Amino acid sequence: MSTRIFGSGIRRREDPRLITGQAKFSADIQLPETTFLVFVRSPHAHARILSVDCEAARAAPGVIRVLTGEDVQLSMPCAWLLPDSDLKTPEHPVLAKDRVRYVGDAVAAVIAETEGQAQDAAELVEVGYELLPAETNPESATTEGASELFDDVPKNVAFRWIAGSDEALVEQAFQDADVVVRERIVQQRLQPTAIEPRAAIAQWNSAAQEMTLWCTSQNPHIHRHVLGLVVGIPDHKLRVISTDVGGGFGSKIPVYADEALVCWASRELARPVKWVETRSENYLVTIHGRDHVEYVEMAATADGTAQAIRGRVYAAMGAYLSTAAPGIPTILHGLMYGGPYTIPLARCESIGVFTNTTPTDAYRGAGRPEATFLMERLMERLANQLGMDPSEIRRKNLIPPFQDGYSSAMGLTYDSGNYAENLDLALEKAAYGKMRASQQRARDEGKLVGIGVTTYNEICGLGPSQVAGAIGFQGGLWESAIVRISATCKVQVMIGTSPHGQGEETTFAQIVASEIGIPVDDIEIIHSDTDRTPMGWGTFGSRTTPVSGAALALATRKIKEKARLLAAHLLEAAADDIEYEDGKFFVKGAPEHHQTIQNLALMATLAWNLPDGMDPGMEASQFYDPPNFVFPFGTHIAQVEVDAETGEVTLQKYVAVDDCGPQINPLIVAGQVQGGVVQGIGQALWEGTVYDDSGQLLTGTLLDYAMPRADHFPYLELAHTETPSPHHPIGVKGVGETGTIASTVTVYNAVMDALRSLGIDQLEMPLSPARVWAAIEEARSGESA
Amino acid sequence: MRPPHFEYQRPQSVEEALRVLAEQPAYKPLAGGHSLIPAMNLRLAQPEGLLDLGRLDDLRGIRFDQNQLRIGALTTHEEVAASPHVRKHCPALSDAASVIGDPQVRAWGTLGGNLAHADPASDPPPVIVACEGTIQLTNQSGSREVAAEDFFIDIFTTATGEGELLTEIIVPSQANRKSAYLKLPHPASRYPVVGVCVVLDWDGVSCSRARVAIGGATGKATRCHQAEGVLTGSDLGEETMRDAERVISAELGDDLLADHYASAEYRRAMAGVFLKRSVKAALG
Amino acid sequence: MEVSIEVNGKTYTKAVEPRTLLVHFLREDLGLTGTNIGCDTSQCGACTVHMDGRALKSCTCLAVQADGRSVTTIEGMAQQGLHPLQQAFWDKHGLQCGYCTPGMIMASAALLKNNPNPTEAEVRHGLEGNLCRCTGYQKIVEAILAAAEGGEE
Repeated sequence: MSTRIFGSGIRRREDPRLITGQAKFSADIQLPETTFLVFVRSPHAHARILSVDCEAARAAPGVIRVLTGEDVQLSMPCAWLLPDSDLKTPEHPVLAKDRVRYVGDAVAAVIAETEGQAQDAAELVEVGYELLPAETNPESATTEGASELFDDVPKNVAFRWIAGSDEALVEQAFQDADVVVRERIVQQRLQPTAIEPRAAIAQWNSAAQEMTLWCTSQNPHIHRHVLGLVVGIPDHKLRVISTDVGGGFGSKIPVYADEALVCWASRELARPVKWVETRSENYLVTIHGRDHVEYVEMAATADGTAQAIRGRVYAAMGAYLSTAAPGIPTILHGLMYGGPYTIPLARCESIGVFTNTTPTDAYRGAGRPEATFLMERLMERLANQLGMDPSEIRRKNLIPPFQDGYSSAMGLTYDSGNYAENLDLALEKAAYGKMRASQQRARDEGKLVGIGVTTYNEICGLGPSQVAGAIGFQGGLWESAIVRISATCKVQVMIGTSPHGQGEETTFAQIVASEIGIPVDDIEIIHSDTDRTPMGWGTFGSRTTPVSGAALALATRKIKEKARLLAAHLLEAAADDIEYEDGKFFVKGAPEHHQTIQNLALMATLAWNLPDGMDPGMEASQFYDPPNFVFPFGTHIAQVEVDAETGEVTLQKYVAVDDCGPQINPLIVAGQVQGGVVQGIGQALWEGTVYDDSGQLLTGTLLDYAMPRADHFPYLELAHTETPSPHHPIGVKGVGETGTIASTVTVYNAVMDALRSLGIDQLEMPLSPARVWAAIEEARSGESA
Repeated sequence: MRPPHFEYQRPQSVEEALRVLAEQPAYKPLAGGHSLIPAMNLRLAQPEGLLDLGRLDDLRGIRFDQNQLRIGALTTHEEVAASPHVRKHCPALSDAASVIGDPQVRAWGTLGGNLAHADPASDPPPVIVACEGTIQLTNQSGSREVAAEDFFIDIFTTATGEGELLTEIIVPSQANRKSAYLKLPHPASRYPVVGVCVVLDWDGVSCSRARVAIGGATGKATRCHQAEGVLTGSDLGEETMRDAERVISAELGDDLLADHYASAEYRRAMAGVFLKRSVKAALG
Repeated sequence: MEVSIEVNGKTYTKAVEPRTLLVHFLREDLGLTGTNIGCDTSQCGACTVHMDGRALKSCTCLAVQADGRSVTTIEGMAQQGLHPLQQAFWDKHGLQCGYCTPGMIMASAALLKNNPNPTEAEVRHGLEGNLCRCTGYQKIVEAILAAAEGGEE
């Protein structure tokens, strides 16, 4: 079995349990004596609570306890305290006491012997409400006369954050510009819709005073710390297990009130307490993504060179600050103004706004899809205004190739980029010239065919802990890995991140195997159980491979170095004379004098004959605090056709050329890109949260929230370039979110390109058939008038 | 959610089913359950009792007899779609049965259950209405047949009386006609935003008679008599179709359904577009 | 009331409330947690099993309706080794988080049984009743086509 498998598309090691139904998702956990918790949730978006009558519920069959805000005095913290932003952090109670602020806000909880009994009893809880007006739009919620969610948060402004170039310089650039393009963009709210709804089951062991919590978390150690604080359990006595999680996309990063209550209740009852979200509940209570209203503009010279970009973002926070929410439309968004372009000046003002809606937080791309969207819309407008080809205007503005550092206008240091070469590959792969020619022929026949081109970069691999502190993230962003090799040379790797579909049980084994020559099948990656793993910050922001993978690679190299020294000792050679290849350490020039890693592992464990000063065993722990973020990049190209009669958009062609540096497993990378692309196209064409004026969620089930389906897509064509990150031990960048970051605007621009001949300038997403049709009708009636 | 509690009986024969239904008028008949159980899972439907008809094989099956298709109420959509009888004698129903729901729904959902549920956004009703089918309703006293157009009264409301079961769907053969059913699916639910069925007496040159019904657009599957008037006696050419598009849109009046996804105006326009497309599909 | 249901070749007789959904019976009464619940409106397909040889969303069926019938779940798909679809999903990376996968495999098996040599378009349409958020479907489609090519249902 070859161990040269870095770069090989081997089958995943996580799959056997997943394809046979042997996985253990949180809802699968069944413990004796379990009780079931069901929430009573507000049906109103904004109301004062006048009374909560639990009498009938308490008397219902099987009911053990009914809890209200009087019984439970817990509240959930926000863990991203954005500095210099006048951030307001109003209390977020686990069970509402005086006021409810969104449909779904928990008012009471019923615990019973069976889930059915708990659901039946929950319907018997009677809550008296006094309705208040609701705000659902982040822009209008800040206006005079808007209904305020919190008495001490005037005009619902949660924060006001500004970053970038000097205001006067930016203003001057706009004054001096030959061309200014601008747009009001609505980044519609989205429902992440991981196919697994959230669940939590807590088991308190009163003899040991220890809690075990199984829950759907992307970052069990963060859950351990935050829940420990909220519920009052020392963090070394709380074990959080999230081994199999059915998708997250950011929605399982936050620490939720329901998870806290389940822990509290288990300790209170001294019995396991289980809560499993329904999909309808998930749509009300699990965080939503995006929800911006943006005013953006770009100044350029007459030849299409962008000079400055500025924008103001109204970003909905929802009814309460979720765990990471303030950082999403600010650090992860505004700092990417400028993108892969040489724009010398950039400035972003981001205003976080409370609205009577589900709290928002990170959702695949988390701020960067919105940044790429606005960049590419402005580039598109500029191209149209100047009569330039969209790919050419981008080429004109792309940063020239750099391998080790580029300072952006927003103060970031991009690590490496080869944007033009990547663009060339994409244009070649798409046969762009032919695409435009066939588009013209189609147009001559009266068809509405459009092409979109996106060049992007993005910031991920979160990140340097010092930066985390500076930007208000209440945690570090380093990782560590423990690599433990047994006497028989079996490897256990313990990591602090929590893959949930991204494939690190395989790719991390590939890293170890490629570093030290042990077969992949002998390597086990252990994650997502806080008792079995070192502290770490979780899987989000495309950080698992850049950060955790780096720690792992370095730990493995430490072991390799130890092995080399032990080999030298056993072979009675000088350490400098020892060479390594494919699991063997041999004397230079005399390969028959060698030690296998297997034998070295055994010798290290037995410790019968170690060099002076060497510890027994073959185990290494390595921390890695990244010196910088990583910046993957790429080019996407899409072609669509719009049916003018119905407004339906058909995706005809999609090409994605991405660069995440070296690819550990191309099959897994392709899966990430394809999944991300489809998810981003979902935003462009089908998805979108709809609230009515009273704050009722109208897209509350899968009957109304339109998800991408298999028959919506042609074959997605993928290619890649490979530009290593200079500061990463194996040069890899993240790739989990790039697909989503690029695809929304690519398809959007393609549709707008198709509709341009009708004089349609802008449309809100999703570009549903009804919406596109209405725009075409309006444009045509304008024509014939 | 889990459904609320209910009583449950599984009769061994149609007679037994009718007896229970007469004795327990609050019981709801359960066929494939693919409309009822989702409603119960959301606790939007909370029937006192369920009468499980699932094993009554007498109510399943497709016959062709005396120039009529006779489809047992418990016949699944998959069976309807696969039936050579249906493909020959009512191809529009084959079309509808092939696009309703998804493969799993088609394997277990029944035609009778679907029609009895009378969701305005459903595929089979406009086909049965356009083909001038009849619905057989049976109670302990016997059976009666109701014209499809009279069977569908309003949203989730049919002519089924107390103690009555929908037992059979009867469709006169359309084998000598040109027919088709096409829908514009809602992107989430895939229910028809509009679904149009056309049945044409066509000799290759002129249409001597046209029948048109639309679902998804109004509270119930609706015949479009004025649009039929435009098509009847015409050559079904471009100009006729333009007129028909205009007329069907106007004919639908103020009854059009509207929601956050599709406005009444959109449905109005799509009625015309799908009338045109359905005629084109029928002519082949 | 009492039901007798054959699941993966073995008959189980248990008392259930009429309101018990088949998916809950499988997961809770029988401990077969491979079948997953992803929604409450019968859209997502994660709960797909086979009943009497046809694909069924087990959230849209009461356990009492399954009385006397034969059910196959994902746990019953591997007979002498992995079912060809399981193997194909593994080989082609047709899964990421794995939550939709049992339902996807069950639906695919029914698809191939009804149409042993589908085109790519037929496969995509045949997955109308199954949602996946991770993969973007492409490798699922490749897996099903590979299994079909292997000549197995």
